[in-house]
Amino acid sequence: MKKSLVLAAGIIAAPVSTAASAGTITITIPRINASEYHVPYVAAWIEPVGGGQARTLAVWYDVDKVGNEPGTKWLADLRTWWRKGGRSLKLPANGVSGATRAPGAHRITIPTNVKAGAYTLHVEAAREDGGRELVSVPLTIPAANGRASGKTELGAITISAR
Amino acid sequence: MTAKYLLLAAAAFGIAAPASAHNAWLLPSITVLSDTVQSVTVDAGTSTAPFEPNHNAMGIDGIKVWAPDGSMGKVENASRGRYRSTFDVKIDKPGTWRIGMENNGIGGTFKVNGEPWMVGRRRGPAPAPGGAARAMATPPAPSAAPAAGAPNGPQGGRPRIDPSHIVATIDEIPAGATDLVLTETTGRNEFFVTAGEPSDTLFKPTGKGLEFVPVTLPTDLVSNEPGQFRFLVDGKPAADLEVEVVPGGRRFREADQAQKLKTDAEGLLTVKWPVAGFYWINASHTDDKPSNPKAAKRRMSYTATLEVLAP
Repeated sequence: MKKSLVLAAGIIAAPVSTAASAGTITITIPRINASEYHVPYVAAWIEPVGGGQARTLAVWYDVDKVGNEPGTKWLADLRTWWRKGGRSLKLPANGVSGATRAPGAHRITIPTNVKAGAYTLHVEAAREDGGRELVSVPLTIPAANGRASGKTELGAITISAR
Repeated sequence: MTAKYLLLAAAAFGIAAPASAHNAWLLPSITVLSDTVQSVTVDAGTSTAPFEPNHNAMGIDGIKVWAPDGSMGKVENASRGRYRSTFDVKIDKPGTWRIGMENNGIGGTFKVNGEPWMVGRRRGPAPAPGGAARAMATPPAPSAAPAAGAPNGPQGGRPRIDPSHIVATIDEIPAGATDLVLTETTGRNEFFVTAGEPSDTLFKPTGKGLEFVPVTLPTDLVSNEPGQFRFLVDGKPAADLEVEVVPGGRRFREADQAQKLKTDAEGLLTVKWPVAGFYWINASHTDDKPSNPKAAKRRMSYTATLEVLAP
């Protein structure tokens, strides 16, 4: 019930924000050949270049797992994100947190209320029974095209103006 | 190696209290948690290289758990193995926890009718193997006086004192005792765990003894950023204090990568971490300002286990 509400909110919000988008980030989760593959936890956040509060744009984790070992237990494995601001985020966070994603390219819309300026975009992925990787890309708002690529747990990270 | 051990042991039981010998350590399973439904499980032992359970288990009766809200937490599932004790602590409140032990005591020597006596926690002729009294890095009974001329026992340089001439506390020192050489010892050995957002409620200095006041929060350490901590003695900056910083995993490397660093004029210690991992840090300071008027000196030690993550 909760989840469907969040999804519904996302669908309603999406057309509004793309209309006046500050840019789009595409995160590629690579297909990894592992006998025991689990989709990774992923966080994407921006930090002002001159220093300042980090802002989480997306965090994908096992939202459905509850009990003694809820899905939130492993959020700290995204250790840089956790320290830079993940730990102060109340989850679930509307429009920010969501379920883990399958391998492939996933788009995140940069919220229009991100102030113009120079930022660094960080994308961190941590996989159960796998590795962890952090990729950083310079990002200016309004967004210009940008690109970086992970080597192991992340594929291409691209930024586009629209 | 054996010879070195004997020498170290002799030194520890003898006169001074070297920072080496067998060090007491606490090794938590984790120090950063994302929620409040988990426990941390802890190993506690004493050995030459920190975190290597190869010598003695640490007595953990004195372990205390300070929760972020000021309440006291609980030790669970305590057990004692041959080389290390273990216990769990439920981390059920958000914020930064402090877990460890405090040790306070007075030890030393005195004379009654010209015969040497000793005051200390240890009764009897020899310490029980792995006795709980040796939980701290500091030997609890620093027989401060060189005990001039005292014959050395066969097992090392420990002055031989008639077991009936050992009292447990200074209150039991017989009337008419002379040549009192007493040292007050205070020590702390601890680690920190943060669930969710860190808090600094437990880092307010008390103004008493040797204290550790983090500038970089101890559960926020990353190997590519220096950690900064302030040391205070009676609330004032402990300038020029030597602090030993030793990473775990000694036997997997050629060098021990231990650092002996000093605090600056403001008591500030800046540590560059050679590797990610668990670190054992230790400092001690001796002065002549004991809180008990019977003691002439005071020896304070501080030990902490810190986890440093890879960036």
